[in-house]
Amino acid sequence: MTTSPLAQLAEQTDELLATIAAFESLDALRDAEPFVVGKRSILSTLQKSLGALEPEARRDAGAQLQGARRTVETALEARRHELARAARAQALEADRLDLGDVVVGAVSVPIGVGHSSLVASTQRQLEDVFVAMGFTVSDGPEVESDWYNFEALNIPPAHPARGLWDTFYVELGEPETVVLRTHTSPTQIHLMENAVATNALPVHSVMPGRCYRRDTPDARHLATFHQIEGLVVDRGITFADLAGVIETFTRAYFGPDVESRLRPAYFPFTEPSAEFEVTCTICRGEGCRTCSNTGWIELGGCGMLDPAVLEAVGIDGDEWSGFAFGFGIDRCAQMRHQIADMRALIENDVRFLRQFS
Amino acid sequence: MKISLSWLRDFVELTESTDELRAILDDLGLVVEGIDVVGEGLGDVVVARIDGIRAIEGADRVRLVTVDAGNGPLEIVCGATNFAVGDHVPLAPIGAVLPGGFEIAERKMRGVTSNGMLCSARELCLSDDHEGLMILDQLTTPVVGERLLDALSIKPDVIFDISVEGNRPDAWSVGGVARDLATRLNHTLAAPQLAQPNGAETSASFADARIESPDLCGRLTVSVLRGVKVGPSPAWVVQRLQSAGMRPISNVVDASNLVMLELGQPTHPYDAAFVAGRTLCARRARAGEVLVTLDGVERELAKAGRGLGDTGEDCVIVDGDDHVLGLAGIMGGASSEISESTTDVLLEAAFFDPMTVARSSKRHGLRSEASNRFERGVDPQLALRAAARFVQVLRESVPELEWLSEPLDVRGTTPEIPTVELRSGDIERALGVALSNEEVARILQGLGFKVTFGSGSIFVIPPSSRLDIRSGAAGRADVIEELARLHSYRRLPRRTPSWPEPGGLSDRQKLRRHVRDVIVDLGVLEAWTPTLGSDADFDLAHPAMERVRVTNPLASDESVLRATMITGLVKAWAKNVERGVGDVLLGEIGTVFAHPVTTQSPRFTRGGVGGALELKLPVENERLTVLFGRPTDSAVTAVAFWSVLCGRIGLADVVVRNAEAPSKLFHPTRTAELIDRATGASLGYVGEVDNALVEQVAPLAGSRRLGIIDLDFEVVADAQRATRRSQFVRVPSRYPSAVVDLAFVTPTSVHAQDLGFALREASELVESVDLFDVYHDASLPQDTRSLAYSVRFSSEERTLSEGEVAEARALLIATGTALGAVLR
Repeated sequence: MTTSPLAQLAEQTDELLATIAAFESLDALRDAEPFVVGKRSILSTLQKSLGALEPEARRDAGAQLQGARRTVETALEARRHELARAARAQALEADRLDLGDVVVGAVSVPIGVGHSSLVASTQRQLEDVFVAMGFTVSDGPEVESDWYNFEALNIPPAHPARGLWDTFYVELGEPETVVLRTHTSPTQIHLMENAVATNALPVHSVMPGRCYRRDTPDARHLATFHQIEGLVVDRGITFADLAGVIETFTRAYFGPDVESRLRPAYFPFTEPSAEFEVTCTICRGEGCRTCSNTGWIELGGCGMLDPAVLEAVGIDGDEWSGFAFGFGIDRCAQMRHQIADMRALIENDVRFLRQFS
Repeated sequence: MKISLSWLRDFVELTESTDELRAILDDLGLVVEGIDVVGEGLGDVVVARIDGIRAIEGADRVRLVTVDAGNGPLEIVCGATNFAVGDHVPLAPIGAVLPGGFEIAERKMRGVTSNGMLCSARELCLSDDHEGLMILDQLTTPVVGERLLDALSIKPDVIFDISVEGNRPDAWSVGGVARDLATRLNHTLAAPQLAQPNGAETSASFADARIESPDLCGRLTVSVLRGVKVGPSPAWVVQRLQSAGMRPISNVVDASNLVMLELGQPTHPYDAAFVAGRTLCARRARAGEVLVTLDGVERELAKAGRGLGDTGEDCVIVDGDDHVLGLAGIMGGASSEISESTTDVLLEAAFFDPMTVARSSKRHGLRSEASNRFERGVDPQLALRAAARFVQVLRESVPELEWLSEPLDVRGTTPEIPTVELRSGDIERALGVALSNEEVARILQGLGFKVTFGSGSIFVIPPSSRLDIRSGAAGRADVIEELARLHSYRRLPRRTPSWPEPGGLSDRQKLRRHVRDVIVDLGVLEAWTPTLGSDADFDLAHPAMERVRVTNPLASDESVLRATMITGLVKAWAKNVERGVGDVLLGEIGTVFAHPVTTQSPRFTRGGVGGALELKLPVENERLTVLFGRPTDSAVTAVAFWSVLCGRIGLADVVVRNAEAPSKLFHPTRTAELIDRATGASLGYVGEVDNALVEQVAPLAGSRRLGIIDLDFEVVADAQRATRRSQFVRVPSRYPSAVVDLAFVTPTSVHAQDLGFALREASELVESVDLFDVYHDASLPQDTRSLAYSVRFSSEERTLSEGEVAEARALLIATGTALGAVLR
């Protein structure tokens, strides 16, 4: 009876494991790898010797050898990982820098021209117009409950009007109770609730912010966008005041030769409601492709606060009245700068960002 | 909704031009989204008969067709194959200009001459059909040489594509739009021709109608029509339907569609032979019931939906065996559909609860022309008028049609019609201008409202078609909107209001602007990175952290709300490196989100139906993040940048203290925390992005050190946590100051800024202390470095003597020594 080629396998495996444990660097490990598990390793030599065995014996020996190989390979990987971690720890230690020791006056940096985001600078210009008209500016959260985003705005659950907003729902609480705000209007509700709670009516405020709609982005729309909302609640406020504010804003922002007009529309939170349009800034009202030859471009929605909204926030509609309006900040930027594809706004291409002052 | 001008003219006299009408419709809130001119460019097109067809040598796509259009044989090359000798087709002769301005000219191809063009329906803008030539024999009895317009009795028409707002259920019909126009233009509104029941027998003797759920079905009328012959509709019906973008099917179905388009009432014709017991009953669907709708889908009924407030209610129409025939107001089943063999029809015209239809239609993903109208609210009083109109239309193709007397009419609950009181001055208080009683009456009566003038108040009762008009204060607003709309928004006054309360920005908003200006001045390009990212993005920073997810993302890699802007900015920077423009500073001011379970003070708010639930919302954190991606940048640049920013914001003392990396994104040994010295508050972190991550995302810039500042703007903006420098300025002493340099060999455990602060406080005479050199050398003791400060001494009252300066210097040295720093 001939001895099995694997008679020494246990010892040979232990030897390999010892070799592996002895590697002190990644380089040493990499250099020795062919001799440990590669073509020039004892494992490969043994593998070749199996060819001489009877089929059944060969199968058993093959399995045995495979097991040994796995053990060795696992150990090698573990060691490689260990050494890599040690090498990284060593490199990090060598890299260590006490940032408290930075002598600021001795740091020299290249001068570069920075550029504000187009959305941010547009938002600022819009805010400035409204601030000059006597408005404050209010911020609000981007994640809202359905109460603020819908129900307090007179859009009850399951109401078909909710379909007007393609809503992203957030996985929190009961289904469809938490949303990424689809418009800045919920901030109105917060403002009015706070004003009622702190006895701080009247309110004259604009609310810029980021909104989300579940709408596949294209050249004209992004799923993430920015709106600015306006709210006035005061005594004796009428539709004439709304039209006047829109008119003054239009001239201040777009220029004295741009006019505005209102046409009836439907929003659950305002009544009467209007869509407001401004003179097409491309053709200055002559009629062109952008404005479908009407000379007007739709900018946003507005209207007198619906009595149901006032009731939801606890404002007495016989004493107070008000209006709200809202429109897209990105859209204003698009109009002013003729952005052919809105998706450029979120691509953050330096060559795009550098064009804005 | 597509409405043709000629159809509108059935109801109201309109002499205005297309452009004028468009402007009027827009101004009425019936926004015209498009205009189609029909029959334009068809004046030269004539009827031609196919007399011969033969192949052209060498051409397998086109054939040579001989036609006669009244002036002898003409040879025309044609690519269509759907015709045979003897068929009549439209011919555009040489010189004709087709819709869209295409002029027909003589053309030579493959050695033959084509003397005109044979046209498809699409080429003539008559329908979307482009399968082949328009075969006129199917539509009319054509006469060779006749003008196509005459052959098809097409009158040139204008089709308005009108977008109807959600609160105008009444305007979702030709009649409704005509009513608005008639009122605005002060014209009378014509009524459509209606049939009268003519059957000898009563409807009840033949059929039955019941409502079992009166809350879901407010009215169910069933008309029995006998002697029906199903066939094609008259040409005018086909044209009307086509002008509205609907396909003609059969005279019965077409009449139903025509009535819906014209009056706004959907009706449903059933083949009476297939309705068990000839009974229609409306009831609430029961759990477990299923219905196979016309689209072949099996639908489980009465199953609660996932949508908020959706209890799963469905209203169904069942037959005498209580077998479900259809989803009421949405879609019928196949079993009782009208077929060619139908002779008796049960015509259902009903009112269904709008919310029930809306929820069912949404839950089952089924939308139809009918459901669109029912969910907005169909006039509950319209049903029998619609049936009468249906019979009138169907009778044209079925003169012997019999409509049994006393149509079945059962009632459930319909919305109550409010009486709205306009108090004296209400209109002016809302619109800023008063309208005369005459104008109020003219407008409201034109729209079908009942108007009564009381003492001071006007009492208004809306027509049953105006389910959008509410009661009380809301109803007042609704009525006033109608007044403003018909009077014209453009005629209302404008006034720019003013108020005593000042406008302006909050301190935080001012600071945000200031910070933005400072970073941009320092060379930052402001980016806008996505709020929604992938799990893999999130894992780069916080693999173990609970994350806020979106239930219905557009894509799986846009499903998690960001917890940091760093990942987005690093990716944006890497992309710019790929573009070869990565030598930049990129920054962003934006919001990041923390799952409520990860925070001790989650945001509570009300939500759920009626706002009755208390919800825990994610905490939103506004941050400022800047990446330093130029080749010379590093943590050092970031610290220098921070020091400028800190000075410009006007913060008092903020210590840059090396710290554990707050997330996997930071370099573990080159990260420092920014700590307010007075309050201990953490303002954020400064340092470098982990170089392993940089190598991974931007292999092209792998060796680059990517500096970073990540500030918590909530803390920075809060003066209670981020201490401000005093706003009172100190006038520098008029006496000369003495400047002394002190270099200390300082243990690395002693922070350079701490030592600086200690020196500053060591003597009253210290005006300022500035670190100007840090020196590492092997000659220095282990774990020490030399810190050199420039110290300025001065007094408000006098020039300091040498002795005073020496004394103060000694105090400072002693202070250093106490901290383990030895003067070199």
